[in-house]
Amino acid sequence: MGAHTEIHASAYAGAFTDPVFQSQSVFRALMDAMARPGTIMPLGASATPPAPLGAGAGAIALTLCDDGTPVWLTNALVQSSVPAWLSFHTGAPVTEIKPEARFVFIEAGGIVPGFDQFALGTQEYPDRSATLVIEIASLTGGPEFFARGPGIKDEAIISPKGLPDIFLTLWTENRGLFPRGVDLILVAGMDVLCLPRTTKLRRREV
Amino acid sequence: MTDLATYNFAYLDEQTKRMIRRAILKAISIPGYQVPFASREMPMPYGWGTGGVQVTAAILGPADVLKVIDQGADDTTNAVSIRAFFQKVANVAVTTRTREATIIQTRHRIPEETLTAGQTLVYQVPIPEPLRFLEPRETETRKMHALEEYGLMHVKLYEDIARNGHIATTYAYPVKVEGRYVMDPSPTPKFDNPKMHMSEALQLFGAGREKRIYAVPPHTDVVSLDFEDHPFEIQHFDKPCALCGAEHVYLDEVVLDDKGGRMFVCSDTDHCEDRREHGHAGEMLARQEAAE
Repeated sequence: MGAHTEIHASAYAGAFTDPVFQSQSVFRALMDAMARPGTIMPLGASATPPAPLGAGAGAIALTLCDDGTPVWLTNALVQSSVPAWLSFHTGAPVTEIKPEARFVFIEAGGIVPGFDQFALGTQEYPDRSATLVIEIASLTGGPEFFARGPGIKDEAIISPKGLPDIFLTLWTENRGLFPRGVDLILVAGMDVLCLPRTTKLRRREV
Repeated sequence: MTDLATYNFAYLDEQTKRMIRRAILKAISIPGYQVPFASREMPMPYGWGTGGVQVTAAILGPADVLKVIDQGADDTTNAVSIRAFFQKVANVAVTTRTREATIIQTRHRIPEETLTAGQTLVYQVPIPEPLRFLEPRETETRKMHALEEYGLMHVKLYEDIARNGHIATTYAYPVKVEGRYVMDPSPTPKFDNPKMHMSEALQLFGAGREKRIYAVPPHTDVVSLDFEDHPFEIQHFDKPCALCGAEHVYLDEVVLDDKGGRMFVCSDTDHCEDRREHGHAGEMLARQEAAE
């Protein structure tokens, strides 16, 4: 009974204290990060969603999700009070059907499904694709990749830590679908690094 | 500003801002592709920059400094009224100085001064579809973009050459973004096309009536369409600006009297004023000072 009450309490608390300006500042960080892939941007405001969703991912959900954006969650998130929290604060419906989701949230250490299981958009409407918000251990210190593409001057080096080993394969396949494909927002704590579908990655051999 | 609280910050409600913000993120992810969005009615008529205004309203924050230009000028009706609108509904700091602005909303010009990484340029777009005058059906133009079938546009440019001996398109000159999407740069003079290529600034485009948002991220290839034997060229002017003496800038023709008198001045008023403040003087200005 005690646990039950606690679930409800955490679902109703932890949203922005100043939604208009905090969501604006989170959006601007996301816009800059998406326009400059590989750049690590601090999110301007944090939220306190129920565990295991992190503060940064919570702030992104509050900024971008509403009743028009079905959300897909990992098993761990579905079993927490995150669906209730999302529902209460954003109105976003949680869907089990991956291609229906506009946003996908994966907590740190959660299993990352193949990107092509989600909406990739169509050749006519490539914008109708999912955006994946993936929490990882750190945006630096992991295996290094060269990144090229729009938004990147010459070449950038990124080293996200905590992505699955198969990530580069998944990403290369996703890049090959252009203009279709998913877009990624990698989150560690309150920092984000975005990878729009245009970014080409190549492993940096040490 | 006692009436500031009557509206949400920056006029639009939060639901609308979220919808526009999601469209902007997808637009950035697919450079040059027109993302449909649920454009709202704004307190100004279509054709007055409702698309640009909605994009600006969705990205604007209290820390921003806004500049609004209309054909390069800060002091024409459209620019003045949009600037006043955002002062009223967002109480935002405004400037006419290009280098001080974080967001520049523009109608039909790109400032002469090179834009920097901290700046976002928001274009007001009347007709976002570059193929629209060649193919009126949206279903067909959408398919042409999907299949990367841009032959019709090249035929149009070729017919220009066949009729006029050169490509006669001087504004809204079509560009190809990152080797994929053909895009309308809005009715900017083709003089400004090279400034879009590999810009440091993020460029966002809003078309209110046509309900489309598109984007060119920084450091992105923007190539004006042309032919090997008829390469793309920008306009050249015989004279420097009559007020500030600037060369290699876009000039407006100003009729002075009914006897054929005319002058050419910078279209970018801030650039012109800045140069005059720094002691540059053109032909007409020098003459006026001599007369005094």
